[in-house]
Amino acid sequence: MTHSRHNESWIEPERYELFEKPRYQFEPGRRDFLKLLGGGILVCLVWNPAAAQQESGRRGGRSRLAVPQELDAWLHIGESGKVTVYTGKVEVGQNIRTSLSQVVAEELRSPVEWIELVMADTDLTPYDAGTFGSRTSPSMAPQLRKVAATARELLIDLAAEELDVARDSLSVADGKVSHAASNRSLGFGHLAKDKKLTKRVGSEAKITAPDEWKIAGTSVPKVDGRAIVTGAHKYASDVSLPGMLFGKILRPQRVDATLRSLDTSKADAMDGVTVVRDGDFVGVAAPSVQLAQRAISAMHAEWNLPPAASDDLFASLKQAQPAGGRGFGRGNYTRGSIEKGLAAADHKLQTTYTVAYIAHAPLEPRAAVAEWKDGKLTVWTGTQRPFGVRGDLAQAFGMPDESVRVIVPDTGSGYGGKHTGEAAIEAARLAKAAGKPVKLVWTREEEFTWAYFRPAGVIEVASGVTSDGQITAWEFHNYNSGGSAIRPLYDIPNQQIAFHSSQAPLRQGSYRALAATANHFARESHIDQLAHAVNRDPLDFRLANLKDSRLRAVLEAAARQFGWGQAKPAADHGFGIAGGSEKGSYVATCALVAVEPASGKVRVVRLVTAFECGAVLNPDGLRNQVEGAVVMGLGGALFEAIELENGAVANARFSRYRVPRFADTPVLETVLVDRQDLPSAGAGETPIVAVAPAIGNAIFQACGVRPTTLPMAPGGLKV
Amino acid sequence: MADMLELHVNGAVHRVEAAPRRDLLGVLRDELGLTGSKYGCGEGQCGACTVLIDGLAVRSCVTVISAVAGKQITTIEGLAQDGKLHPLEQAFLDAGAMQCGYCTPGMIMAGAALLKTHSAPSNEEIVEAMQGNICRCGTYQRIMAAIRQAAGSGKGVAS
Repeated sequence: MTHSRHNESWIEPERYELFEKPRYQFEPGRRDFLKLLGGGILVCLVWNPAAAQQESGRRGGRSRLAVPQELDAWLHIGESGKVTVYTGKVEVGQNIRTSLSQVVAEELRSPVEWIELVMADTDLTPYDAGTFGSRTSPSMAPQLRKVAATARELLIDLAAEELDVARDSLSVADGKVSHAASNRSLGFGHLAKDKKLTKRVGSEAKITAPDEWKIAGTSVPKVDGRAIVTGAHKYASDVSLPGMLFGKILRPQRVDATLRSLDTSKADAMDGVTVVRDGDFVGVAAPSVQLAQRAISAMHAEWNLPPAASDDLFASLKQAQPAGGRGFGRGNYTRGSIEKGLAAADHKLQTTYTVAYIAHAPLEPRAAVAEWKDGKLTVWTGTQRPFGVRGDLAQAFGMPDESVRVIVPDTGSGYGGKHTGEAAIEAARLAKAAGKPVKLVWTREEEFTWAYFRPAGVIEVASGVTSDGQITAWEFHNYNSGGSAIRPLYDIPNQQIAFHSSQAPLRQGSYRALAATANHFARESHIDQLAHAVNRDPLDFRLANLKDSRLRAVLEAAARQFGWGQAKPAADHGFGIAGGSEKGSYVATCALVAVEPASGKVRVVRLVTAFECGAVLNPDGLRNQVEGAVVMGLGGALFEAIELENGAVANARFSRYRVPRFADTPVLETVLVDRQDLPSAGAGETPIVAVAPAIGNAIFQACGVRPTTLPMAPGGLKV
Repeated sequence: MADMLELHVNGAVHRVEAAPRRDLLGVLRDELGLTGSKYGCGEGQCGACTVLIDGLAVRSCVTVISAVAGKQITTIEGLAQDGKLHPLEQAFLDAGAMQCGYCTPGMIMAGAALLKTHSAPSNEEIVEAMQGNICRCGTYQRIMAAIRQAAGSGKGVAS
């Protein structure tokens, strides 16, 4: 990712907000903006004009795209009064189509139903680096608020002129500008009629404060909910074009295999089948999925396999440290002296934690429909980086960006797992050869094997604490899993923190909350160990070492709702608490867990989560995100793990890779701490981070076993 | 001319090619254009492809069409009647029981089959009936609330 002063750019450049290179490199074989949209009123936002100028090269300056790429957002009011907002963000279930519609509706003082969002279409929407890093609420929402507020003021100007009254005698509501004194009102459509107005605004536009919100901040139902419950919504895998063929790819046993020999003669002889070999890429396009599969099965291929990685994953991750490798040294921090801190301690503790590779397993696997027409490539695909995938396609086919259009229909989830465009590139390559549109939907096995994983890792913690409960030393090393949230918020005078990158045996990349989950698991488990070492209540111990008021607030809120300290757990049950912060929001989780003594089987009975992400945009949508993150966190905490055999994924099916199901779901309670005085932070990721340590700490209280691995109990605990 | 067989889908009759081992999900999606039923795993483990066959919940990805010829097949597209949502569809909206929505059609079909035989299912009965359906976004608690709401108890619906 390019460093820049653009609004997205201050994101910590996560090692694993990963931009994997496309696997294949193939041999290469201005319109008027307002005209594109029709007449009316157009409000464009340049969030940071200096950055936009500076960045014009990167952001499409070399191309002549249909839409100006230096803009961050725009809003159009057509002559029908319809309001259309354009954003490059992607809806993958995090509910931003609704929450962004709300903030626009708020500024336009109009119902949400009047707002339409056009999202993630590289020919129609502004450039966007991608939908990740919990950036939509803190960056895109304020931008849309500003364009909408500016549009509202412009509508008032137009109405004041037409009615010949003072601006401040006018009010805006329900798609109209009204003059109460004369009982006259003008609709948005009327005001936009016969206009070709374009207004550019910067960050100075005045927006409505959260404590005055009437539409934003409320539980508006999902705007496209009806299309979803009736099955009408078209995901990328549902797109169909006339004459479309279906693609299949020949896959070796392992991702790192290279092709030694290939015999496609039987497939070549099949009627209607197009066979493509381009380097290590081998695929077919056929009129039906069955025929495509038959053609693939009829091929004979031999593959070269490099030696499989060591069976001892964690030992190899600790050893293989490429100096200066990707992310090397990130997160490194030193304060005070570990030696002095340990010398001042009454109790010292050293623990090693491990986290397994896990899969995102989005229920909609990677899918794409590709069409070549008049030298232009259009691809419908599910990805979190539409503009990135456009660039990947342009590069793969040796074309300029403007010859490629990527359209992302609202997608069947991502969780950080769809930053790439593998299926898009593969479908496009097949479509190019076949001369017809091609749909390619990855199988579940392909999704489990050929996508990328949340990195496995080893975390070593050494610490010291005084008998009266002050943490004096904190040394923390993360190998391979990542540097997100690696530093504690606790007030510890002597710290040494480091992330060490490794030679990873698998494709690894972003995953909801990145390494914040692993780092919080290790940290909050270890803090619990320290509390027990000095016989302090785990909540009291945390608060005694913590000044950060936002983290304290969520810990206290979760504890209050849970009834922490009110009662002792029943036999074979335990309570656990954990908290933390990532990406500008704060979370604490309390867990009630039951451990069956004979079998060691763990059942999570109740999880209470308190979450604070500034001003809440949609309380019910936010609760939904928190609940979903907690359930996903439970899977990674207890049983999710990728199993490797001879370097290949051995459990690439839902029958062998266990994800949380109905029976795993505990009672979930969510406490929202609404801070209207603070800017809204994203919420899709952080609520996952305290789940695993809260459960682990509860397991310890229930049975005396201290979990130090993620997952903790794939087949029950050893008690 | 290949052998044909008749599929009765959502009250309409379709003649499709009777190739051996053709899976119902593929025919529904690719041939009949009924894309509401989703592919999630291809092994009957995730429930995204759930349809009703003579009122019972069936995984269409592991159902060959020859086995369902002449039977009444209902897909998510056939659940709403004359533009009026099925009570369970409405309950999913009311409970906000979805995020990305990809599992939703399968969830609703599995839940609708349950409600045909259990007018007031207990939580245990809901879990047992729905255990084969995966919501990777983790909205299980809301889906249970939606099923209870549609069953008429209305207890615990997320607000």
